[in-house]
Amino acid sequence: MATVRRIDPPRSRQIGVPAVTVAILLAAWELAVRCGLVPNFLLPSPTQVVAALATDASLLASHAGTTIVESALGLAIGVVVGFVAAVLMDRFETIYLAFDPLITISQTIPTVAIAPLLVLWFGYGLAPKVILIVLTTFFPVAVSLVAGFRSVDLDMIDLMRTMGASDLQIFWQVKLPGALDQFFSGLRISATYAIVGAVISEWLGGFSGLGVYMTRVRKSFAYDRMFAVIILISVLSLALMKAVDLLERVCMPWKRAESKK
Amino acid sequence: MTASTLTRGGGEAPALEARNLTLSWDGGVRIVVKDISLHVESGEVVCLVGKSGCGKTTILHALSGLTTPLEGKVLLHGQDVTGTPGRVSYMLQKDLLLPSKRIIDNVCLPLVIGGMRPAAAREKAAPLFERFGLEGTERQWPSQLSGGMRQRAAFLRTYLMGNDVALLDEPFSALDAITRTDLRSWYCQMAAELGMASVVITHDVDEAVTMANRIYVLEGNPRGGVPSVVAGEVEVPREEALAAADVDDFALTAEYVDCKRKVLELLG
Repeated sequence: MATVRRIDPPRSRQIGVPAVTVAILLAAWELAVRCGLVPNFLLPSPTQVVAALATDASLLASHAGTTIVESALGLAIGVVVGFVAAVLMDRFETIYLAFDPLITISQTIPTVAIAPLLVLWFGYGLAPKVILIVLTTFFPVAVSLVAGFRSVDLDMIDLMRTMGASDLQIFWQVKLPGALDQFFSGLRISATYAIVGAVISEWLGGFSGLGVYMTRVRKSFAYDRMFAVIILISVLSLALMKAVDLLERVCMPWKRAESKK
Repeated sequence: MTASTLTRGGGEAPALEARNLTLSWDGGVRIVVKDISLHVESGEVVCLVGKSGCGKTTILHALSGLTTPLEGKVLLHGQDVTGTPGRVSYMLQKDLLLPSKRIIDNVCLPLVIGGMRPAAAREKAAPLFERFGLEGTERQWPSQLSGGMRQRAAFLRTYLMGNDVALLDEPFSALDAITRTDLRSWYCQMAAELGMASVVITHDVDEAVTMANRIYVLEGNPRGGVPSVVAGEVEVPREEALAAADVDDFALTAEYVDCKRKVLELLG
């Protein structure tokens, strides 16, 4: 059977179709609330959510600042820890065999279960939040990097050896660039975990942050503000993912040439 | 079949010589090739021909120093280089250009590995681009080049390894027929000009007769417990090949047909 090459739709269509879909859903939501199909105290309308966003803008910005600092710090440390773990696991088979199951098991522990323990051990400050984010973000980076290092063509490594390359040269010239694709896939997942991890840790204790704000508005049944903060968390996560995309474009210029083929 | 050896007269040591190599994939449990000897002189091309799985690549690995033979020696200009990588250049079926490096940086890789600064390596490689038919591709990424051009870049990288002996493992097999014909003629010419000795693995008997000064035919079935040996060697009259206007003309000569018949008979 002949294969048909898939052609990507034009950029305007790629943006236009989802934008129209979102607009229709928002309009239906607004209409449903205004017509009384859903009680307003249970579900605020989109215009009420926007109004809450505007009213609480400065307060939200202050709380968001705390969450961003926690997320950035946790993500940065998580990436470094994940990178070091991946390099060691790739370099030393014993370390890989010893830690691969432990790392996987560590991810089966629910974040909400471990967060209260971290608060108990490290208090209500920055430390437990950053540790929780590190625990959730290092895993995607480590696992994807190990997979990337292991996917490098063995013939390429043989070729490097015939050139007299050292292990460090093989890592630097072949393995690391070859694993960048997988690294950025992992980093994209870690970036989304970072914001969510920060919010979850703030739920369980703290003085500032979007999670703290969320807990307060939930207790006062201010659901319009609750939706406002949910939207803000989504926007922050998307912004962080976009930042990762930009970083990928800068670090992997050859991918643009490949995609143009 | 008895183990094959190559009897050589006195005189200058060959560019590369394998003496009585016995090789294994698993530390000696299963012998892949047994007591194989071959040699290649400067500017010569020799081809290894044999059925799939008979150990041709294993021989090349031993010649390159990537593996150490159970028995025997590899001599480079008479010097023992057994199990020492980095002394002969190696090129595989795949071009193995790094997608993350521009063509100039790909071909400079052996120089950079050898300790040269990237800027100095680029300066040294740049004048060779025209000679290798790669002018204008310096700043391009490997994905922007055709298969033939990528293979030329791989040849240039092999040349820049700075050795006068090259091992090529089916270097043309991934190319289309026209590009393959063009590239192998070009390679023979370049290798002769540069005085490079080449050991080429190929499955294609026509390719072997077209390129080689001498063809070693391997027989055996290591996976079936029968180690490979050299069934025989066929000398190709290069004067006839060089006298012909092009490769296709040589392919019509009686000498060509005779060589091909001998190789096919040895292959069984």
